[in-house]
Amino acid sequence: MDNAQVKEDASVANPVAGDEVLRVENLKKWYPLKKGFFETVLSRSEDFVKAVDGVSFTLKKGEVFALVGESGSGKTTLGKVVLRLTDATGGAVYFHNTDITKLKPKEMKPLRREMQIVFQDPFESLNPRMIIKEIVAEPLRVQHVAKGEREIEERVKAMLDSVELVPPEEFLYRFPHELSGGQRQRVAVARAYILKPSFVVADEPVSMLDVSIRAEIINLMLDLVQKTSSSIIFITHDIALAKHIADRISVMYLGKIMESAASEELVDKPLHPYTQALISAVPVPDPDSKRTQDVISGEIPSPVDPPTGCRFHTRCPYAHERCVNEEPVLVEVEKNHYCACHLYT
Amino acid sequence: MAPLLQVSGLTTHYNIMRGWVRATDNVSFEVQTGEALGIAGESGSGKSTLALSLLRILPPGGVIRKGSIVFDGQDLVPLSESEMRKIRWKGISIVFQGAMNAFNPVYKIGYQIAEAIKEHEPDVSDSEVKERIAKLLETVGIEPSRSNNYPHEFSGGMRQRALIAMALAASPKMLIGDEPGTALDVIVQAQTLKLLRDLRDKLGLSMILISHDLSIIAETCDKVAIMYAGKIVEFGDARSVFKNPLHPYTQGLIKAFPSIKGERVRLSSIPGQPPDLLDPPPACRFNPRCPYVMDVCKVKEPLLQEHDEKGHNVACHLY
Repeated sequence: MDNAQVKEDASVANPVAGDEVLRVENLKKWYPLKKGFFETVLSRSEDFVKAVDGVSFTLKKGEVFALVGESGSGKTTLGKVVLRLTDATGGAVYFHNTDITKLKPKEMKPLRREMQIVFQDPFESLNPRMIIKEIVAEPLRVQHVAKGEREIEERVKAMLDSVELVPPEEFLYRFPHELSGGQRQRVAVARAYILKPSFVVADEPVSMLDVSIRAEIINLMLDLVQKTSSSIIFITHDIALAKHIADRISVMYLGKIMESAASEELVDKPLHPYTQALISAVPVPDPDSKRTQDVISGEIPSPVDPPTGCRFHTRCPYAHERCVNEEPVLVEVEKNHYCACHLYT
Repeated sequence: MAPLLQVSGLTTHYNIMRGWVRATDNVSFEVQTGEALGIAGESGSGKSTLALSLLRILPPGGVIRKGSIVFDGQDLVPLSESEMRKIRWKGISIVFQGAMNAFNPVYKIGYQIAEAIKEHEPDVSDSEVKERIAKLLETVGIEPSRSNNYPHEFSGGMRQRALIAMALAASPKMLIGDEPGTALDVIVQAQTLKLLRDLRDKLGLSMILISHDLSIIAETCDKVAIMYAGKIVEFGDARSVFKNPLHPYTQGLIKAFPSIKGERVRLSSIPGQPPDLLDPPPACRFNPRCPYVMDVCKVKEPLLQEHDEKGHNVACHLY
């Protein structure tokens, strides 16, 4: 690798990630299933959708952490529970050593300025009746952190400037419908970063955008992460994208983390059969590399009644008896490379 | 041999209050029997309009203003609606994006496929229809007994398969897939693409695959057409287009795709955004975003011209 390459790499990755910002321990989120009246009367047992079922991870300062999974894997729910946009069923989320799952809503409010979110769909996440200035200023007003209208306007302008909506004056009094998808997502990013949060959850922030503008938004977010030395939890279904932008990747399947490692290590040397299947299914923009491996069959099972033992055993090419009966735990198989699979224990 | 499909100068516009939206403008290409053509482009590039024009199922306001679509020796543009019905399903059939909504939720899957068969071959007996449904489902890898299920009892991937089975009901010569993998998870998407490749080999189907995802096209198609703002800017066989992209837009698009292989790099993008097709930029429509823009690009429209003998075409003044 030549020098230029190293430099470029350093701007994407941030290998010297520092202190712990967030520690999630055995986090669970079960949604009760709605039942008809008679079923409630006749049966005592309650069914749950186990969207997140015992997840632990830590997020370090300045780190880009990617949560990768198919739809139904629980990645979005995990993001919501971490921000306490919905209450956890069990487990703990320590933000700078305070368990936020136990806080009262009133105690939670000052912490909220430290944690923000960028949603997937910029067409739905911005209030169509508010002008851009008000959308971006709202967090400042809610948290009472700016003194007077002058300061609010200054800060909004500076923020629009840093998300490259320039000149800011031209955007302040526009409505979301006057902007393109990419510009709208920039507004959403501005709204998330105006309070200078410690970390941001980005839930598929570019999947609704055209390919040619995705990279701009991603690079913008990565630059903000660097500039403000904040962290980001990047939720995505696109493992190829995660490889290029994240420091660390965790792969989720049916509410559990199956594998977790530094991004290049995870993609280039996947240990878990699920991760291997996921990576080999990603299409490659190269007509010469026709896929040779067979695609695994089946689809992600329902999280209402997940398979016993290892949740992946129904689709796993290496499944044996132990996988059906005993649930594998996430263990460190190689240095800083965690995997939940009986093949390695 | 004459190509199965030859489109020349196809121009489809939408009439809206403020004028004509030039969704596709002067598009020409051919598809040989047994060949798979991929049409790639971003949203608003006109790729779906192109597909709808081929089957003449444009939404209200959409008009084919110029050009011809010669399919199997017959121009489809002047045909009457009743003549066109004979071409759909039997000649060309289409698999739409969003398998979730393509089936009627209150009818069984088998019934809906039977409907397609009977519409085109009214003389077929009920027992034969049943047999054919079983066979079709088997071809796409679904247990024939599941024809008695309702769409909601199928998973997303199975619905996509059933939809493909339905498109094959009247044994078409050509299958158009409009974003067949989008909205599916990667693994299910890979299963669907594999099915399409297998079908092509087994049945000798000609295919047109429309997608915004270049990698899907790279994996399934022999030829590629890259569309930008209603025009084909580059056309050629998949290997030469991907290995040696000529048009600056194609180059940018390929670079914008994060590849799962290779080193970690900062992603690159194409600055700016696709133009408004009500009032597209003059001359080369890519000129406001092009890194190599020259004076001539703003005055003279580049035509799609042959770049080498292997049939690699590009519409750019650089060449």
